[in-house]
Amino acid sequence: MGLIDILKRKTFAHGVHPPEYKETAAKPIRRLPFAPEMVIPLSQHFGAPAVPLVHPGQEVLRGEPIARAAGFMSVPIHAPATGVIEDIRLMPSARGPKQEAIILKVHPGASQRVLYGVEQDPDTMAPEAIVKAIQETGMVGLGGAGFPTHVKLTVPPEYEVDTLVVNGCECEPYLTTDHRIMLEYTDDLIRGIRIAMKASGTRRAVIGVEDNKPDAILAIQRKLKADDPIRVEAVQTKYPQGSEKLLIKVLLGREVPSGGFPFQVGVVVNNVGTLAEIGRLLPEGEGLIERVVTITGPEVKKPGNYLVPLGTPLRFILEQVGYFGDASHLILGGPMMGVTVASLDVPITKPVSGLVVLPEKASNDKGDRIYPCIKCGKCVDACPIHLNPSRLGQLAAKRQYGVMAEEYHLNDCFECGCCSYVCPSNIPLVQYFRIAKSVNRERAA
Amino acid sequence: MIAKVELKTSPHLRSAPSVDQIMRNVVYALLPITGWSVWQFGLSALVLTVVVVASCLGTERFFNWLADKPSSLDDWSAVITGLLLALTLPPAFPFWMGAVAGFAAIGIGKALFGGLGFNVFNPALVGRAFVQAAFPVAITTWTPAFAPSRFAEFVPSSLALPFMSPAPVADWITRQGVDAFTGATPLAAWKFGGVATDSLDLFVGLTAGSAGETSAVLILLGGLYLAARRMMNWRVPAAMLLGAALTALPFWLWAPESYPSPLFVLFSGGLMLGAVFMASDMVASPVTPAGVWIYGLLMGFLTVVIRFWGGLPEGVMYAILLGNAASPLIEAVTQPRIYGEPKRSRAK
Repeated sequence: MGLIDILKRKTFAHGVHPPEYKETAAKPIRRLPFAPEMVIPLSQHFGAPAVPLVHPGQEVLRGEPIARAAGFMSVPIHAPATGVIEDIRLMPSARGPKQEAIILKVHPGASQRVLYGVEQDPDTMAPEAIVKAIQETGMVGLGGAGFPTHVKLTVPPEYEVDTLVVNGCECEPYLTTDHRIMLEYTDDLIRGIRIAMKASGTRRAVIGVEDNKPDAILAIQRKLKADDPIRVEAVQTKYPQGSEKLLIKVLLGREVPSGGFPFQVGVVVNNVGTLAEIGRLLPEGEGLIERVVTITGPEVKKPGNYLVPLGTPLRFILEQVGYFGDASHLILGGPMMGVTVASLDVPITKPVSGLVVLPEKASNDKGDRIYPCIKCGKCVDACPIHLNPSRLGQLAAKRQYGVMAEEYHLNDCFECGCCSYVCPSNIPLVQYFRIAKSVNRERAA
Repeated sequence: MIAKVELKTSPHLRSAPSVDQIMRNVVYALLPITGWSVWQFGLSALVLTVVVVASCLGTERFFNWLADKPSSLDDWSAVITGLLLALTLPPAFPFWMGAVAGFAAIGIGKALFGGLGFNVFNPALVGRAFVQAAFPVAITTWTPAFAPSRFAEFVPSSLALPFMSPAPVADWITRQGVDAFTGATPLAAWKFGGVATDSLDLFVGLTAGSAGETSAVLILLGGLYLAARRMMNWRVPAAMLLGAALTALPFWLWAPESYPSPLFVLFSGGLMLGAVFMASDMVASPVTPAGVWIYGLLMGFLTVVIRFWGGLPEGVMYAILLGNAASPLIEAVTQPRIYGEPKRSRAK
């Protein structure tokens, strides 16, 4: 702090600098047409799957609720287009196992107008009513986590929060959705921030934006009053700056306790995309039925930022944007933390911020050969949590998963991928850690 | 249109370099030093280097075959071991003993532990320690640098038959007409004769010694190259040199006539080569940030302790091997505080 701050932008220790590949940053958000058939999974969020409210053969309107929340840790789902419910059946999902989904046959020539919604005025609503209304929009963290937003904004009564941290870092390579949202939906974003501040009971808000998006910082600053409780702060462009725990540390100097939540240090965190959608949907009383997705990759013909109806299958998207490769990795999310999918029938769901199509060999791929760990320590210097991935990797090879969790803080790893990114031996460290965590979970169960 | 969709786990981007690229660059950094040693010591040094490297590669391949594993020669690590080992040997070391050293380095130092990544000690130093114990005379038989006929003929000891004592080199040295060659390295000259060598000669590399340990400047340049490419942890050599200098400094200030200056300590013997290329061997070093400094300082301290008060003039080899042995312990007690951890807790 102090002198260092003047010399360089705020950031955390360690981390990596992958190439940015943000070629779509200058492409305005454009609408994608309706696919003839939508696949709408009942579980697009963290928590209990939604419960269908419709039956096959039923006609639904664009924006109409088609599934209700199954309790507090769940959100409803709304019809992305006007059409007929064809079926409710198991469909391929991004997570691997098939999941229950509502199949919607879209009426040819269906309108983009949302026909369903009840206007409401957040200014006159009580915080509890706002939280309830946010749940009814079906909102989840649009940055990739898919955690129900109303749960995030509900602070347990024994804790007091003072600051809303707004995450506009977008540190993943390729992705530019948050960037475009900050530029194009600035008013929605600021309205959403004020609504979220009221709902969570925070007095001030800090928007953290990586310094590779100066235009976004300027666009927001222009809309703020001189004594506004909302301020924008530039942070250094470095991966994984957008991790909420690191962003809190960088912006406020507070450390979320190991295994704890941001509200324990008086903070609520939300992503800019999420808050912009709240700012747009809540006053209209509408549900979340589409989202901005960056669709890109070296072999995509028309890369860009698209407003995609939730439930649009990847096959349809690739037909629309054009693709001239033949063998690929289809990544939902960014290339550092995103998951590949096994089927083109997998749809875009609420947490998917990007579709990155990488050809079989990425430009800086060094092949698949895995060497033994040579203890170069690059992973130790990269881990933003200051874990020892080298040691964890060796323990994982010996299947000492218990030791990893008890003595080497396995559960503090949030799988950012920095260690695997820098590993010269090509060891799939993050994958080892995922396996270790799930084995530990199974053993505990 | 997409015909094949493949699954892969994140992250989907990878940064260069890979292990074989790092190892190849270490070889590049060692080549100038090897070249200098050949220029200095001639044909014997050249053939010795070739023999040792070949022995290392052959041993590596042999143990691959024994363990029924694919060849690991293409990761280049055996070449590094061979080059480093050759550089630590006296230039007129008999070739057959060089071959034994290479076999011991890879066989005992590396393959028995499980190959690359699993060795506890620096393999080159294990090889060197083996021949130091096995051939104590040959390993301390030095020849002068820049002998006039160094490219015309082998030093007679080089060509010794296996299991035969090498021919004495005294006659050969006399024939070279090198004035007043005492057969001592600068360190031995200091330790047993109380004679200090000029630091500049040491720095540039104009003295007797093991094949590659004489030119500090080339070693430092090689190290800088690797550090700049982030293929070596510069903190290890820095800490080791610092540790040696700091240990030597108070004694020199206290009694300059009995103890050498820190500069002499830094630039003489194998300290520079050991610190830059052997102590920094990633596999045998700790990975924790604090551990790296402790490890380096410890090795520097041990080097000086052995040089000043041990029976041998040189202590770098044993200092590094002891440091290697302490590395897992150092790493265990220097686990860094992680984000969000309330108090410093140590791994048991």
